Amino acid sequence: MVETIVAIGTRKGLWIARSSDRREWSLEGPHFLMSEVASVAFDTRAGRQGVLAGVKSWHWGPTVQVSRDAGRTWSESAERALAFPGDTDTALERVWQLTPDPNDEEVVWAGVEPHALFRSTDRGESFELVRGLWDHPHRPQWEPGFGGGAVHTIVPEPGAPERMLVAMSAGGVYRSADAGASWEPSNPGIRAYFMPDNEYPEFGQCVHKVARGVDGELFAQNHKGVYRSGDGGATWDSIADGLPTDFGFTILAHPRRPGVVWNVPVQDDGERIPPGTQLQLQRSDDSGRTWRQQAQGLPDHSYTCVLRDAAALDAGDPVGIYVGTRNGDVFASADEGESFTRIATQLPDVLVVRAAQVG
Amino acid sequence: MSTTTTRVILPGLLRDLVGGLPEIEVAGSAGWTVGALLDEAFREHRILDGKVRDERGVLRPHVKVFVNGEDVSRGAGLATAVPAGARVHIINAVSGG
Repeated sequence: MVETIVAIGTRKGLWIARSSDRREWSLEGPHFLMSEVASVAFDTRAGRQGVLAGVKSWHWGPTVQVSRDAGRTWSESAERALAFPGDTDTALERVWQLTPDPNDEEVVWAGVEPHALFRSTDRGESFELVRGLWDHPHRPQWEPGFGGGAVHTIVPEPGAPERMLVAMSAGGVYRSADAGASWEPSNPGIRAYFMPDNEYPEFGQCVHKVARGVDGELFAQNHKGVYRSGDGGATWDSIADGLPTDFGFTILAHPRRPGVVWNVPVQDDGERIPPGTQLQLQRSDDSGRTWRQQAQGLPDHSYTCVLRDAAALDAGDPVGIYVGTRNGDVFASADEGESFTRIATQLPDVLVVRAAQVG
Repeated sequence: MSTTTTRVILPGLLRDLVGGLPEIEVAGSAGWTVGALLDEAFREHRILDGKVRDERGVLRPHVKVFVNGEDVSRGAGLATAVPAGARVHIINAVSGG
């Protein structure tokens, strides 16, 4: 029997929702109560039921927890699974992103704070710093965003292991064409309104999230600005016309249908609430040329916010959409956003949501 | 227990990681620094090291170490000397929300 699993990482632990039909859900948890869970990844490659979580205890520091049984039991390496090498004189603050590689089923990438990328070749049991990005001459000029300075987005390219993209706040998009050995900023067209003398700098943009469509099209939600790239991230064009606001944190691309993309608009960077207090998704079926609101089942009079990793898609048909809020609700749609139901409530602030089908 | 044995007393939150072990005894550590004492105490319990210190060897910001009741952060930190037969408490600091 195929089971849909939704992992919900919050400020105070991890919950897991399970369903056999995406209508009735059971909720398990918390795991890691009182520890922040900012990143989660399902590893369903090669038939696995793996889950990885970036967990941070305010007392005992950050770590990577691993489950090999779809989130039922967890363990961590007795040695530090992810740590900066001694010569960097740097300590890990937080694991912001965990991304299984689509080209090598043993490889997992981790984006961390402070700005750095790590690579695991043993499915997340241990990680090594990617020196090519760490040694980049721009690194001293990468600024922390409000949430901290981190590599928060990792976008490998299926079928092309030498190519990948990362995004960071506030450094922008960087791309590698040699499997991470070297990196170049790739932000042409992305506006940095907060840099008044040069609104289109080579780097320094505050990109919040990048999603890759099935045909290679890229979509970016920026700190004010929503963009599309049809050339692998070399250049970016605004697709914000037609949206109620260009601010937001997350963006999602359909895993099978080219041109289908969702974002979760936020009123403004100074008013981090849903536009008009209606929690909503905006959906485009034409790569961002036109947008329409999807809000059935989502609350009105809402003053919450959806953070950069707190929305996710599953691999079902139709695609399931999962959205977690800062006030501890999680909403699920089994019909590609046409309607939502609440599957969890009264949780701590939701930082990350990820979904997968296993079994 | 010898009068030269140092007791490293673990907080409840860390005991769960080492099978409920409440404390670790370290023999012959008189005159060591707190840092050297923790190196030895954690040699057989590696997971504790990552919880108490970061990868630079720096005490995590919300962890306190007391030697015979004295907070080492008010002394020489991990360079504080450990007297013979000392009681060394590792404490999760009163912080968080």
